[in-house]
Parts: sequence; structure tokens; C-alpha cells
Amino acid sequence: MALEQTHVRRAAHLARLDVSDDQASDFVDDLSQILAMVDQLQSVDTEGVDPLYHPLDATQRLRADEVTEADQRERFQRCAPAVEDGLYLVPRVVE
Amino acid sequence: MSDHTVTSLAAALKNGDASSRELTSDYLKRIERAEPTLNSFISVTAEQALAGADAADKARAEGRGGYLTGVPLALKDNFCTQGVKTTCGSKMLDNFIAPYSATLVEKLDAAGSISLGKTNMDEFAMGSSSESSFYGAIKNPWDLSAVPGGSSGGSAAAVAAGLVPAAMGTDTGGSIRQPAAFCGITGLKPTYGRVSRYGIIAYASSLDQAGPMARTAEDCAHLMTAIAGHDARDSTSADRAVPDYAGELDAPLAGLKIGLPQEYFGDGLDPEVESAVRDAVKVFEALGATVRDVSLPHTRYATSAYYVIAPAEASSNLSRFDGVRFGHRCDTPDDLLDLYQRSRAEGFGDEVKRRILIGTHTLSEGFFDAYYTKAQRVRRLIRQDFLDAYNEVDVLMGPTSPTPAFNLGAQKDPLSMYLQDIYTIAVNLAGIPAISVPAGLSNGRPVGLQILGSHFAEAQLLNVAHRFQQATDWHQQRPAFAKEIV
Amino acid sequence: MQWETVIGLEVHVQLATRSKIFSGASTAFGADANTQACAVDLGMPGTLPVVNEQAVSMAVQFGLGVNAEIAKTSVFDRKNYFYADLPKGYQTSQMYHPIVGPGLLDVTLDDGAAKRIRIHHAHLEEDAGKSLHESLSDDSGREMTGVDLNRAGTPLLEIVSEPDMRSAKEATAYLRAIHAIVTYLGISDGNMAEGSMRCDVNVSVRPKGQDAFGTRAEIKNVNSFRFVERAVAFEVERQIELIEDGGTVVQETRLYDPDRDETRSMRTKEEANDYRYFPCPDLLPIVLDQAYIDTLRDGLPELPDAKRGRFESQLGLSAYDAGVLASSREMADYFEEVMHVCDDAKQAANWVQGELSAALKREHLEISASPVSARQLGELIGRVKDDTISGKAAKQVFQALWDGQGESADEIIEAKGLKQVTDSGAIEAMIDDVIAQSPKQVTQYVEAEPDKRGKMIGYFVGQVMKASRGTANPQQVNQLLKEKLDAQL
Repeated sequence: MALEQTHVRRAAHLARLDVSDDQASDFVDDLSQILAMVDQLQSVDTEGVDPLYHPLDATQRLRADEVTEADQRERFQRCAPAVEDGLYLVPRVVE
Repeated sequence: MSDHTVTSLAAALKNGDASSRELTSDYLKRIERAEPTLNSFISVTAEQALAGADAADKARAEGRGGYLTGVPLALKDNFCTQGVKTTCGSKMLDNFIAPYSATLVEKLDAAGSISLGKTNMDEFAMGSSSESSFYGAIKNPWDLSAVPGGSSGGSAAAVAAGLVPAAMGTDTGGSIRQPAAFCGITGLKPTYGRVSRYGIIAYASSLDQAGPMARTAEDCAHLMTAIAGHDARDSTSADRAVPDYAGELDAPLAGLKIGLPQEYFGDGLDPEVESAVRDAVKVFEALGATVRDVSLPHTRYATSAYYVIAPAEASSNLSRFDGVRFGHRCDTPDDLLDLYQRSRAEGFGDEVKRRILIGTHTLSEGFFDAYYTKAQRVRRLIRQDFLDAYNEVDVLMGPTSPTPAFNLGAQKDPLSMYLQDIYTIAVNLAGIPAISVPAGLSNGRPVGLQILGSHFAEAQLLNVAHRFQQATDWHQQRPAFAKEIV
Repeated sequence: MQWETVIGLEVHVQLATRSKIFSGASTAFGADANTQACAVDLGMPGTLPVVNEQAVSMAVQFGLGVNAEIAKTSVFDRKNYFYADLPKGYQTSQMYHPIVGPGLLDVTLDDGAAKRIRIHHAHLEEDAGKSLHESLSDDSGREMTGVDLNRAGTPLLEIVSEPDMRSAKEATAYLRAIHAIVTYLGISDGNMAEGSMRCDVNVSVRPKGQDAFGTRAEIKNVNSFRFVERAVAFEVERQIELIEDGGTVVQETRLYDPDRDETRSMRTKEEANDYRYFPCPDLLPIVLDQAYIDTLRDGLPELPDAKRGRFESQLGLSAYDAGVLASSREMADYFEEVMHVCDDAKQAANWVQGELSAALKREHLEISASPVSARQLGELIGRVKDDTISGKAAKQVFQALWDGQGESADEIIEAKGLKQVTDSGAIEAMIDDVIAQSPKQVTQYVEAEPDKRGKMIGYFVGQVMKASRGTANPQQVNQLLKEKLDAQL
């Protein structure tokens, strides 16, 4: 599956990465090489083989419905770039 | 100092031959001298360490000490450590003082060990040479023109140079074992789920696992006892009892069945690495083990499957770095989109971007089944290879890496770098444990022997590695650099 | 051309757990911004989710309540997109293996007709935070949006219907039925004003008789029963007009604006998204065994259908009355309390559906906000039954209770002197007065044909009631009047 510049552009947009034209063409070269290697997977016969999403066949443990976390806003917001009145600030979002 | 092990320091502390404060200050001095050259630490937390050492000495004096009380060590900089800068080797987190501690960090604190600082690493643990860190490349103490391996290169280099007796690393595709091999130390990647991932900044969630890096298997056993176990905060953590790792170290190896995967001895394997590994196998035969060839037929697809699965998970895991709640934020963003795009473009380095882009692309509409689902199917076949092999043998052995440490700047393109991990990646995909132990030198650079076990067989791996280290002295070799620091 | 409307609903129900779906932070409503957003909710690096057992249990209870298949294995997936109120850059949801499979819901329409709506599935997911656009600015004075992540991680059950509804009324009836089930089960407070229940409405139109669906528009985040009805009505008209004028409906997301009573396109800054769903690697499959499901089934409370049946068969209510009274847990609970206090199911039903419902409707109140409590109403009915007051006076008492003029029916009856006069001596005296003052009418009565007299007596009754200020017992008045007038014959 050949990789085009539009694929890289689209991925960069979905991943919210600002990528210049020069960078984009470098990424096309790098990613094309990597995907060419990845394409070897297509030659494996996986008929009837289920995907393995976790290496162990474990199941989800459930947590009791209890409030265990106290307010730590001050501590958490110490590493925030911009806050006001306890709110995280982002550029004005127009709905 | 450079000859000490966790075991010898623990004994000295216990017997009152040394105080934690003395040890801690001595190691801090070594760090101070070595660091301008090695660059193995991102943060050195001298003040907290000395305070911790005093507390440890007091605890010991009051008879409250445990095995690790007062033993200095270091943490890879992807373990969140409350109140300490935790960067993951990235500009993105250059300003991130973690507001909480990882479970592993809490467990080590509870065990009384002293963290001297946070070790340098490939950015977001993505790499095999530790050259992608925002804080600069790390040098290999065995040869300053060589890389220490990656991504836990700082932890490996620091242990090899005797700046700490042990350090914690993480391993997603070989990031503990390969740098351990390159730096001539012992590194264990436990079974997936054996050590809690809570508080470890995620690279690829279904592959990441933390483990100890030290000079000996015996040290690793003691460290495993402190860090292993179920954690209610990690859904993927294994809820099963932790064995007495140190207690099983000396079990005899007579009758041990060793398998040599043919696929691990093929094209691309450095002849000197191969002969070191085959010599090591002979040592095991002399200890009473039997050896046979086995096959892991899907090995050749492991790298391909890995470079779909790991970047896919990473692309999603790294979305939280958006410049809103923590981490780098660009100056005066025009709007929300600009805030995201520039903060992320400025905060992440090229290798991280590359993997985010691959992951985003392979998960996107029209490609998901062909890449992601397919890779996960192949992953099952890879795991099945191991399960089949363990029906025949107890452990598998082979090289950790196809070559000894390569030179800084030697791997020019991403793909050739990725192919460095061909012997380590399948282990993560299958979730099994594996350990790398020093097994020789090639042109003055260490060679690692990799021993692979079945799920939750860490005790057996440590036993096998320990018996090997009882019979050999590769793990006692020291780089000249370590000896020169006084 | 004759058009048919096709509607499907996605209802987001906030589950009434104490803590969040993946963390131990509180879900309480109304706390200060970000004081209930813990490290996990904030997506702090290294944090991991663990599933809340109660959220799973509530989802299963809902599934059982709509006779749905419960998935023995369900899986959480990540839905990847960037937004200010989405901390991790993905929402943890269930795309491929939801916990609740196909189910059915029978709803009763206003005219009493029944309609069966199929439920496609229901899945668990986490809510996002909130963006606040109040007057915030950054250091350089530019306008900013504030993000509060208290709501992030609140458990939601998204219930997705098949496109089985054919009118706004059906859509509202379905939404009310969902509301009834979740409140009966106690898995949500169903408070639409606080956003505990929100709804996305998919609307399309097609020529009557055509099988293929038309292109649909999705109206996002409609948060009241009334708005659903209005939004659908507007949207249907818009689509029909558009097509009849030669245009085509585009598949898009629209927003209902209650102030203007219209829907408008959310011309997103963004082209079509690609959410890149994949199984969340931080969570494992939820595996439920039959015993667990059976235990929950055994513990289910009486649900609207069962309650409706019991109201009909045991209380002798009409199918319509039973349906209305069982339609919401609040309504049913209110009715049953009124009934227990006054010990008369029919009177209780009449009052709740008559006087009370009319008053609620007039003031746009839900029954839970009724100024007249069930106990007050029950006691009031009791006073009618034991002849303390007349039915007419009872309406006055009800209004007084509604207006908060007293704590109980008895207090108001006393204060207003509405107690019915049943002393026949007193009534006879009043009758005698009326007869004495109405010689002309008495003569007319006496001279009338016998079968006309019954009607003519009404005049005298009215005069007596007036004289008693409504407190005389009408039956007694009637009977005594008849006796006294007939004595004049």
C-alpha cells in the first residue's frame, strides 16, 4: 500500500501535528520504508486466527463504586500552562 | 564503589559497615564526576536522596530496616515521581513536575531504597540507542564513541559506570534488555502485568513493562521482590502471588531443557556475538542442562507486527499531550487547533512524530483492518510459537542483540534502527519474561545473552541467570571509565 | 406528496454511581470547577482506568429491563479525537462489543395506542468535561474558554434505538419510556435539566410507501421532552420543504435552538472526522457469567409494564389510566401514596390525572416538583369520601394547597369554613327560607308536568347551596328539597 503525501498530511491533521512541507516529504520517505516492511504481514496466513489485543488472556477486574479521590485541584493545576478560577484556559472555542 | 552490588550494599548496611548517607553521598559524587561525559541522568535529586538516606539510617538504627532500606538506585525518567521533574526525555514534559508517584516508585519508597535521580532515555521510550532524548545522547561507558542502547540507555550506562548499583527501566520492545546487553549489565523484562504500569508514562500499553537493571541476577531478584505484585490501579496488572525470587536463585540446573530458536541465529547475526552466545550455552550444558534446537517460525514477522501495534497505541496514548493541562504549550495560539498543532509540533521530537504518524495512519479508516487487526492476528501466532516451544523446553536462549553496541550516529535511517530489536520484540508481543546477562566482549564492547521464559517464570529466569553468573565472570567485568572515576 | 418521518434516538443516560466510571472521583453535581477531576480524569501521564462495578451492574439492569441480550463479553474501545473538554484525546467507549445487545421497548402513545420500538444496543462510555465561555481572558487580554473537567469520566449509558419512530409524538413517548425505565431502576436520576439525560435525534423523511430511508440529519444534545418534539417537528418541515423545492438533505449534525425554535447546521470547523476506534489496551474484556446476570434479574424492581398490568388487574383502573400512571416512577410512586392515604384507587387516579396533572401542565412542572404532596392530596380525597367537604369545595382546597395557603387539607377546610353541613335541621331551615322567598318558582313547580319537576328543582338547589356558601351536602339538599316541594303539591 503506497503512501502518498496526502496520507501523511491527513495523519498529521488527525494527530494535530503541525508539519511543514519539507518535513512532510521526509516523513513520506521514512514512513514508506517502514510500511514496506510492515507489509510483510500480508503474506502471513491468519485465516481463522483471532486478534490478540492483550498478551495474557485476562479479564477486567471491577472496582467497588466508592469515592476514593479527594480534591487535589491546586496540586494538579500547578503543572498547568494556563488556569483561571480553577478552570483550564484554552483559546476561545466557538460552538 | 563501582564493584558494589545491591546485594553487597544491603549486607554492608545491615551489618553496619556503611551508612546510607555515606553510600548516597559517594554515589552522588561519582554522578557529579561522570555526568559531564556520560549524560546518563536528566535530574539528580541529591537533596531528597540525602534526606531519604538519613531516614533510612534512622530506620535501620531502630530495627525497622528491610532488605533494600538505604540502598541507592535510579529511576528511568518515565516513572512519575511526585514533586520531581518527570520528562520522558521530551521537551514536551520539560516543565512537568509530577503531581503523583508511580506505583513502582511508591513500592520502592516503601522498601526503603533511595532514588538518586531520573535517568536519560530515548524520547517517550521510542528508540534503541538513546540518541533521541531532548536532553542529548548518552554515551556508553565501555566506549564513549558507542551508544548505550535504548531506550533505557541512561539506566544501563549509569549502572555500568557504577554511578548507581541498580536502576529501573521499562521495556516495550527490548528497552531494558538491549541497553543491558550493550552496557554489560543484567536486565530483566518481567511478564506483562507482573509489575504495575500505573504512573509509568505510557508508550504502548499492551507491551510496556517495567523491570530491574543491575549488575547481577541476584540483585534483580531482590529488586523484583520489591516492585512485583498486583496493583488495583492497573487493570492489566496480574492478580497472582509473587514468588520468593531470591530464595530460588540457587536451585540446580540439572535437567534444565534449553531451546535454541534457529531463527535467532540467522543472517545478520554478528559472528562474535554468535560465538559468545554458543559459548554461554556450553556453560549451561556443563551445569547439567540439555540443549536442543527449536523453531519460532513467525519470528520474522515480529518487527512488522510491532511497528503497527506499538505506534498505534502510542498515537492514542500521546494525544493527552495537548498543551492544556500539563506539558509544553506554544506561545499565543490563534485558536484551539493552533494550540494543539504547534504545542505538539514543538514539544515532540522527530522519532515520536514519526511513530504518531504511522500509528494514526494505520488506525485510520480504510487501513485499520489491513494493518492493525492483521498485526494483532500475527501477534497471536507469535505468542503461539512460544507456547508451543515451552511444551518442549523450559527456557529459550539466544543473543539479545544482533551486534554489540554500535557507534553514536551509526544508524542513519529509522528502519535500520528498528531492525536492531529483532530478537527482543517478539517477547513483548507475547508478554513473556526475558533477561539479558553479560556473556562476553567483542572488541571491548559487551555481548548479551538473552534467556526467555514462559509467562510468570521470572523466578526460573533469575535462577538460570544466577547459576550462569556463579560459573562465569562476565558480569564482573568493568569498563575502564568506571574504574577511573574516583 | 405524502411524507413519512423516520426517527431514531441515541439517548445518553448519566448513571447514578457515586464515583466515576474509571476513577474514584466523585460524580456529585455542582462542585467547584475541577475539584472533582482526579489524576485519572485529567488524563495525567501514566494514569490508568479501572472499571466501576456499579456502572456495569446498572448497564446490565437496563438491558434486562428492555429484554435485551446481555453480552457475556464486552470490550471498551478508544474513540480518538481532540477537543478542549476531552482530556486524553480519546473517549473510552464501546464500539464493537457493547455490553447490552438488541432489546425491545413497548411505549404508550398519548391516545393510548401501543408501539413497539427496537433497541439496537446500549453501551457504556465516559462523559467529557464542560467548556465555559464566560468572561475569561489570558495575560494578553484575549478571550479564552475555560474548561471544567468535573464531569469528565462520569459514566454514561448510550442507548441507541432502531429508526422505528414515525412521529415526534412517538419519539417523545419513547424518550419518556426510557426515562421511566431508568428511573424505575434507579440507575439514573433522569434529571434532564442537569444533563443526566441527553438525546441525539436522527431524523429523515421519505415518500410514504418507499422502503429506502432518506438522508438523515442528526440533532445533537436535545435536553427536554418538549424540545425533542419541537426539534423533530421543525426538522421534518425543513426537510420536506427542502426536497419539495428541489433540494437535497445533506447528512450533517444540527443543533436545536430552543429560543428560536429551530435547528441549524453545526458547520463544524472540521471536515468529516475519523475516530480511529481500537480496543483500549489499558482495559481488559468485561466477562459476565450467567449467575451474575440472573442475580441482577432477580433483584429488578417492578418495571412500568408490570406496574401497568397490576394497576389494571388489581386496582381495576382502565388501561389508559394505568398506562399514564405507570409511565414514570415519580408518577406511579405519587399515585400509589395518594391511594394508600385515601384508600380509594379510582378517586386517587381521577385526582392525579385530573386536577393535579392539569395544574402541573399549566405551570410546566414535573410531578416531582408538585407543590401538593401525595399525602396532602390523599387526605383531601379522604375528606371528600367521608363527606367532610363537597367535591366542589375540594377543588378550592386543592388550589389553596397548591398556592401554599396551608399545610394540610384539614387546616384549609377549617380556615375557610368549608366544612360541609350535614345537619339536616340546619339544611331544612335554609330550605324553608328559600321556599318562603320563592313563591313564584314554587307555583311553577307545582303546576309543572311531573316529569319536568326534576329539572326545575335545580333552581332551588342552587339557591340553597348559595345560601350555605357551598357547604351544604348536595345530596342531602336534593333529597330534602324534593320532600318539601312535593309536600306542596
